[in-house]
Amino acid sequence: MTASESRRVGSWVEAAPAPLVLVIGPEELLSVRAVEAIVSAVRGAQGSVAVTAFSAAASSRGDLRAATSPSLFAEPGVVVVEEGEAMNDEFLKDAVDYALSPDPDVVVILRHSGAVRGKRALEAWRAAGASEFLCPAVKRDSELVEFVEGEFTRARREVRPQAVRALVDAVGGDVSELAGACRQLLDDVAGPVTEEAVSTYYGSRVNATGFAVADAAIVGRTEEALTLVRHALDTGTDPVPLVAALASKLRTLATVGAARGRGLDPKAMGLAPWQVDRARRDLRHWEADSLARAIESVAYADAQIKGAGRDPQFAVEKAVRTVASLASH
Amino acid sequence: MSVWDQVVGQGDALEPLIAAARSEDAMTHAWLITGPPGSGRSIAARAFGAALQCREAGCGTCHACRTAVAGGHPDVRLVSTEKVTFSVEEVRQLVSHAQSAPSEGRWRVIVVEDADRMTERTSNVLLKAIEEPPPRTVWVLCAPSLHDVATTIRSRCRTLTLRIPDPEVVAWLLIERDGVEPGLARECALAAQSHIGVAQRLASDPAARERREKVLALATGMRGVGDAVLGAGDLTALADEDAKAATEARNAAELVELYVSLGVEAGERLPPALRAQVRQLEEDQKRRATRAKRDVLDRALLDLLSLYRDVAVLQMGAPVGLVNERHREGIADLAARLSLEGTLDRMDAIGVARERLAGNVSPLLAIEAMALALRPVIP
Ligand SMILES: [Zn+2]
Repeated sequence: MTASESRRVGSWVEAAPAPLVLVIGPEELLSVRAVEAIVSAVRGAQGSVAVTAFSAAASSRGDLRAATSPSLFAEPGVVVVEEGEAMNDEFLKDAVDYALSPDPDVVVILRHSGAVRGKRALEAWRAAGASEFLCPAVKRDSELVEFVEGEFTRARREVRPQAVRALVDAVGGDVSELAGACRQLLDDVAGPVTEEAVSTYYGSRVNATGFAVADAAIVGRTEEALTLVRHALDTGTDPVPLVAALASKLRTLATVGAARGRGLDPKAMGLAPWQVDRARRDLRHWEADSLARAIESVAYADAQIKGAGRDPQFAVEKAVRTVASLASH
Repeated sequence: MSVWDQVVGQGDALEPLIAAARSEDAMTHAWLITGPPGSGRSIAARAFGAALQCREAGCGTCHACRTAVAGGHPDVRLVSTEKVTFSVEEVRQLVSHAQSAPSEGRWRVIVVEDADRMTERTSNVLLKAIEEPPPRTVWVLCAPSLHDVATTIRSRCRTLTLRIPDPEVVAWLLIERDGVEPGLARECALAAQSHIGVAQRLASDPAARERREKVLALATGMRGVGDAVLGAGDLTALADEDAKAATEARNAAELVELYVSLGVEAGERLPPALRAQVRQLEEDQKRRATRAKRDVLDRALLDLLSLYRDVAVLQMGAPVGLVNERHREGIADLAARLSLEGTLDRMDAIGVARERLAGNVSPLLAIEAMALALRPVIP
């Protein structure tokens, strides 16, 4: 049996250490995850790991051999070569040479988007038995849905198909944003993730950013909330859902507070258990009157951004600042 | 009974319209009828449209009079938008409609029931048509006040101003025309603050009266932040229900009609090429529901305003009756707990909420902020 017949080829999810590893495909997030998985597998096995990284596009002859040289390491090493799809001729020659006698104690990972350039190096590695993990594009709707489903099953959590659908619709086609949204739902929702949980968090269109801003603001983390809101506005986020998220968080606080005062079950008021738990925690930062003033400031901001004011961005920032300053620390 | 009998309590404000319907010498091609909600602007405009089609200048009994008043006369077009403002496209269609000669009557009449819902751009489209109307076309624009209409439009129209009729006059109309029992007629006329349409609905629909009671209870029963936020949620949900009830039957009928016109059986799978039309209809219906909800909420806010007006009346010891006599106890309680200034602040907060709703602020958020400002004590 030759090396090329026994080599491992699989999805990014299966990424595991080997002397030669190809991480192939255009999806950056998945490729980063594959590399992280390999690094942490090596660390797990050895207790520690030294990671060296360089770009194949700006490599000099001998760089690869030098990076893998055992004299450099007191601990097991992982070498990550970035931008394989833009490799220069020097690296190409290095890579072909290295494939003839790879160091069995070092893991060398070559990241490559899958473009044509560097084909000879890839072939040499494959012939030498390199493991290969694929990171296909996650762009089309079916790919996005599959990705979200995967995020939950990998975390061993149940998710309803309608919830997956709703999340993809609400968050849109950016894989990193989707991954962030899945993370938040995994952290905040107990039990199966339902469509209601998704819509509570993401509304029909309110984005994850809006709730991240609101989460920071209502516990008084002013700087964090302002940084997030400025970044969102600078990257073209619509101010309307940002304000809607603030309003929604404050409403939940007031509702849970009201239920507590009346000895009512907040779940009977259309709130999910995780919302109630979270609101109970967050309520420590609030008194009735400051809550009233916070809601007024958000209503004022909503009017400003819908035409009453000249500067919607300023209005949103001001509301965030007001809410955060009303939350006691 | 003449068509003009429907417009009550206006003294001789209607004379120019009546004269124009009697003689072409007194005719103008563009009219602007202003007056607060409930003054009967659109009723007056419809009566004028009818009088222009009638052989006897508004007998009130002939076929032309009856169809025009009911909105079914082919030469009297009643236009209102169900959106927040008219779209340019809507006004363009109207303008091209205005170019055609009347089909059976003497005049082609176009009544724009909410001419205040126009942006400057749409106003400019309308302006051209008003400046050079075809010889048999008459425009009748209605708006709450002169300031709600672009100056350019206003200056090309003959204007007349209606006022809110006396509640006694409205009660009389309910008794005489609709046969409402006098006590109830008076109560409803007062509660509607002389808005004829609202008074009619209150008098004829017990559920409408009940909803109004719930709205007032929001103010009289509120103690703190929790009450305010929960109450705002209830009020908004109530408006949703109300608006839904008002639009649901019509939406379903429209959908069936569209299917028929597209040649598709109900329940059959739509060919992709036709889906766009269904989606368009659904979007229009959604916009209509949004406006209906906003209008219902605005009505509720006017009810609340009347309650605080009553509080102020008691506080000042003014020698006038209460609009909400039935709630005297709750009103007296508020009057004792608030200063006069505090009452006026709350009336302002209601005014702010009305502005916010008109400005497309999230209804629930606008109502929450208002309800919080109505709390009896703010330190
Ligand atoms: Zn007649």
